[in-house]
Amino acid sequence: MRALHLAGRTLVPLALLAVLAAVGCGGTSGGAGDLSGGAGDLSGRIVIDGSSTVFPISEAVAEEFRIEQPGVEVVVGISGTGGGFQKFCNGETDISDASRPIRQQEIDACRNKGIDFIELPVAFDALTVVVHPSNDWVDCITVAELKKMWEPAAQGTITRWNQVNPGWPDRPLRLYGPGTDSGTFDYFTEAIVGKEDASRGDYTASEDDNVLVQGVAGDANALGYFGLAYYLENRSRLKALKVDGGQGCVEPSVQNVINGTYRPLSRPLFIYVSTRAMERPEVRAFVDFYVDVAGDLASEVGYVRLPDAAYDLVRQRWQTRRTGTLFQGVEPGLRIEDILARER
Amino acid sequence: MTAPALSKTAEWRHRLLRRHIVGAVAAVLLRVAAVAGIAALVLLLVVVARDGLDRLSWDFITSYPSRFASQAGIRSALLGSLWVLGLTAAFAVPVGIGAAIYLEEFAPPNWLTRIIETNINNLAGVPSIVYGLLGLALFVRAMELGRSVLAGALTLSLVVLPIVIVSAREGLRTVPPSIREASLALGATRWQTVWHQVLPAALAPMMTGVILALSRAIGETAPLITIGALLFVPFDPHGPLDSFTVLPIQIFNWVSRPQPAFHQAAAAGIIVLLAVLLGMNAIAIAIRYWSERRRQW
Repeated sequence: MRALHLAGRTLVPLALLAVLAAVGCGGTSGGAGDLSGGAGDLSGRIVIDGSSTVFPISEAVAEEFRIEQPGVEVVVGISGTGGGFQKFCNGETDISDASRPIRQQEIDACRNKGIDFIELPVAFDALTVVVHPSNDWVDCITVAELKKMWEPAAQGTITRWNQVNPGWPDRPLRLYGPGTDSGTFDYFTEAIVGKEDASRGDYTASEDDNVLVQGVAGDANALGYFGLAYYLENRSRLKALKVDGGQGCVEPSVQNVINGTYRPLSRPLFIYVSTRAMERPEVRAFVDFYVDVAGDLASEVGYVRLPDAAYDLVRQRWQTRRTGTLFQGVEPGLRIEDILARER
Repeated sequence: MTAPALSKTAEWRHRLLRRHIVGAVAAVLLRVAAVAGIAALVLLLVVVARDGLDRLSWDFITSYPSRFASQAGIRSALLGSLWVLGLTAAFAVPVGIGAAIYLEEFAPPNWLTRIIETNINNLAGVPSIVYGLLGLALFVRAMELGRSVLAGALTLSLVVLPIVIVSAREGLRTVPPSIREASLALGATRWQTVWHQVLPAALAPMMTGVILALSRAIGETAPLITIGALLFVPFDPHGPLDSFTVLPIQIFNWVSRPQPAFHQAAAAGIIVLLAVLLGMNAIAIAIRYWSERRRQW
């Protein structure tokens, strides 16, 4: 009787473990053996993670893909471009969203785990430099002026508008920008200061672009920068500055991003597909779909579509399964078709 | 008989007046402190209700997230929260109550017990994101549970476990020692005393504390973001190893979007989260009421 009791006590947790294990297998193995690939009959799970900037595009694609392939569960997370690559190179995710090209140490980390990738640009993001609507002394700003405001040497010394340009009034200059974890910060510092992550630190920083919108909209002496989508949603409360990158003042607009004149503050956004995940038919179907609809969905959620010629090159790159990066180390402001065509 | 003589002095009257003034001022300040908490809650409810009440509907609760603010719903986040909460309770409550019973009823008063007690009290104050990092290393990576409901629930169990232990011990202490002594005097063993006398008597305050600890778990975001809970999950979690998202993460995501329509969805999501929280607190009150009525002494 006593022995039976003891057996019962150890068997119950064991049985529980067995049930958990069985449930686990059922949950993760779906779709591995499915090779038919026809419409609507795929299954399995695709895990996407990475940049918060790219998130709305991947989310939109995942939402539309669900209509085509309801059996495939596509989940999308946000952990920042860098955090996304960490998980991607650890084999935890299938596709990584990125608002900047992959870095060398990230490529090395992937290689150590035997993971290779295909790099696919999916849309443009444009940064906008904004001021308070009552600001009447500046309409257009040069890259040199922006650099003077934002470079690390400006910390504590450039605190008034007339220190940047003597034609501007003697008013306090209050700066708003994204925090250091943000891909937007990485891109802005590289494009404006010339060195990634080199920025003054004494500005109001927030990872939440809405906070920056609120800040600039409520401060007559403010200047800030963030993604174009946030400006377009808040046009009435903000004034966007034209940017002079060396060829005259250019307005931040969808048109100017596409024709490549809004430089250097427009940047491509990417997805990186793991070659290991690519062996699964549902991942191939999803990326096929992504490349086809990226332009339409990106403009729907507030980004700028690539030129059609660029999408053709992206599709070609995906279909020929060309691995590796073309964009790593590329100087900001190049036409995307030219970068994509480099390989041929 | 010197008191009447003293009461007539001006000095005495002056002191009396001053003491009454101090008392009145203290009462006003304490009342302001009490009202401040309520006022903050009312303000929160009014602001959230103004923004979110229009958006709240049955469709909102049963729809999956969407890039269209008007179609976005909270279904997968609500189910994810309930899954995580259920599993967290399943892990944290038995272990927490067990630890509390041991420390309160069985543990010998020696240095080891004191070390354990001090550690538990300190752990209750550790920021939850630290547990998130532990969960990421231990459950997600080392145990290879992935970013699953199970990994999230285990992480949150760690977050609430010290709170469960502390509040369960408080509950056990409300049982007067005379009850234990009477039971032992009648020949009951320690375990019989705990099981038949102490636990039934302490159930109400213990469960109140436990449910308040779980209410904290449902609002936690940081540790779940650290272990990599997802944002766009357009399906129901079916088992403990499925991917998931939870209400606070979904709300956070909506708040950080540029479109004002998503901010309304966030407000509606907050109402759902508050409703779940208030529901849990109502259960705590119901348990307390019910078990106090059953108490025989």
